[in-house]
Amino acid sequence: MATVPQTPPTKEPGKPGLLAKVRDTQVWKSIFRHGYPDTQRNRALAVLSNVFLHLHPVRVRKSGIALSFTWCMGGVTFFLFLVEAVTGILLMFYYRPVAYSAYNDIQELRETIPLGLMRELHRWGAHAMVLTVWLHMFRVFMTGSYKPPREFNWVVGVVLLLLTLLLSFTGYLLPWDQLAIWAITVGSNMARATPLMGHEGPGASLLTLDGEHLVTAGSDVRFALLGGRFVGENALLRFYVLHCVFIPVIAVMLMAVHFWRVRKDGGISGPL
Amino acid sequence: MNTLFEYILKPVMTFVAKPHILLPASSVALVLTLKYYRTVTKPKIAATIGLVLAGLLVVSCFDPNFKKNILKPDNVPIVLLLFGLLFFLWLSLRRAAINDEAAERGEPPLEARMKRESVLVWPDLVMIELICLVLVSAVLVFWAIFIRAPLEEPASAALTPNPSKAPWYFLGLQEMLVYFDPWYAGVLLPTLIIVGLMAIPYVDTNPKGSGYYTLKERKFAITVYLFGFIIFWVVLITIGTFLRGANWNFFGPYDKWDPHFQQPLKNINISEIFWVKMLKQGMPSEWYIRELPGLLMAGAFMLLGPLILAKTVLKDLFRKLDIVRFSVVAVLMLFMISMPIKMLGRWLINLKYVIYIPEYFINI
Ligand code: HEM
Repeated sequence: MATVPQTPPTKEPGKPGLLAKVRDTQVWKSIFRHGYPDTQRNRALAVLSNVFLHLHPVRVRKSGIALSFTWCMGGVTFFLFLVEAVTGILLMFYYRPVAYSAYNDIQELRETIPLGLMRELHRWGAHAMVLTVWLHMFRVFMTGSYKPPREFNWVVGVVLLLLTLLLSFTGYLLPWDQLAIWAITVGSNMARATPLMGHEGPGASLLTLDGEHLVTAGSDVRFALLGGRFVGENALLRFYVLHCVFIPVIAVMLMAVHFWRVRKDGGISGPL
Repeated sequence: MNTLFEYILKPVMTFVAKPHILLPASSVALVLTLKYYRTVTKPKIAATIGLVLAGLLVVSCFDPNFKKNILKPDNVPIVLLLFGLLFFLWLSLRRAAINDEAAERGEPPLEARMKRESVLVWPDLVMIELICLVLVSAVLVFWAIFIRAPLEEPASAALTPNPSKAPWYFLGLQEMLVYFDPWYAGVLLPTLIIVGLMAIPYVDTNPKGSGYYTLKERKFAITVYLFGFIIFWVVLITIGTFLRGANWNFFGPYDKWDPHFQQPLKNINISEIFWVKMLKQGMPSEWYIRELPGLLMAGAFMLLGPLILAKTVLKDLFRKLDIVRFSVVAVLMLFMISMPIKMLGRWLINLKYVIYIPEYFINI
């Protein structure tokens, strides 16, 4: 957006401070195409000309941003997702998803790597994100914000909820300790019982070809998820790829849809 | 003081924590809260309730077993969840009470009074976001400094820990495994939860209560949602995390998880009750005859259930909704009701399965 930069009004005319001088340089002006956001016009431009803030409209209804209305839970969930992305990338520098090194890499992290808080931040951030996503959904329900025209955004939200849980679940395996593999074993054992598609699921034994069972421990959905009959090396690699690439990419795309829809559906809900 | 703790508080809490007491008790508490929400949410009363619960938590921490269980690193979020949920339940019901009282005086809700004003995103909203961001970061950093992420022994496929627990957010489903087989508790119920949640905006055709807190105008929808979320999700997670030890046996909040404790299992199927206990004869060998009583009961539940619902609890809804929407609501409700029914069956007559067809892994 082409705008004419305005010189910021300084308190004492004739004695521009250091900050004011910096703001007057060509470099600064090339980045921020508006003056200091203390006039209506510049405040509008601050939002409009910034790709990140541009998620927001320029003006919002006061009822929509009241902390006691939204609890800022959606925003906090998104922030926690960003924290997970940053700490997750740092963890990826040190962690190799193979059975012989995964556990040792995690141990290294806690013992020898500087800024060893990354794993803690990542784990507690993940737990916190699960909590805030539930509370966000609770808020949206209690304010009836899923009612028309926001029905579809609620559906997008439910998928985001599922993705959040799956992100957390796939990450749970990566430390490759007893806690990890047995929690994932218990969780993925459920897939064995999927109707028709798990080898212990209702009806699976009816699917036969020339008397051979089609759905066995070596061909059911659990096998597809784990890449084997139990939680082993293949499962570790699969969960790593799902956790670090596949699910986050889908989640980011859906979040973009979610935020876009909040605006297109008329901003944060309010009484008619 | 100590005797009070040992001889009154501990036995009472251990009794209340038993699943067959805790689930009905928390359901009653929820119903009462929703019925008397205007009184319960008055700041003084709500603060008292909160302080009493927090006090119980603090006092209980004098017990080493309780403290160990609560402070296990991965269990911390559940304690946060419980208190966070209570706080936000209070906040939303309090706002609902204020708005509902205003509506009775013919005034618009709080949100409508604020709505007319519009503000600039910069600085008003950006400031709020910044403050939230700083607060959340601070909490997270403190959490990370004071509680280390757990790391147990290296993974070993040969050493099965007892109990083996799923991650904490799935423990409600794992707790349902006490009452149902994996295909029902681990596959069907989660699928229905997701589908059911997605269906909410399309089956709730009540135009009122959009964009502001209210309870009076949406009593049915909010009651069902809170039952699902609080009782069947959060309370079950709490039981699964804190009260289930070795072999998924129940242990009170102050008990040590004794790995050798075995509860005698003497659960019984409907078919056995019918053929052996009532008719005093052997079990028929063909599964479709053997399971006929159970199949009839389940069939009646799914077919007559919607009719009964239409005449009773869902009478108003039946009048307002078209047949497709009503059927979706009725079916989802029946599956939700199937959980407490099976639980009651277990607690009252040691019911194991209504339908037991191991030939095809169809056990309900
Ligand atoms: C990763 C997960 C999610 C993120 C990052 C997210 C983020 C957000 C944000 C930032 C808002 C703006 C208002 C607010 O902060 O409350 C919002 C609104 C909304 N969210 Fe989410 N959300 C997520 C999951 C969900 C879930 C699980 C649901 C429901 C099932 C949901 C349904 C909605 C709806 C309907 C709105 C519009 C609310 C209104 O207009 O008042 N979202 N979301």
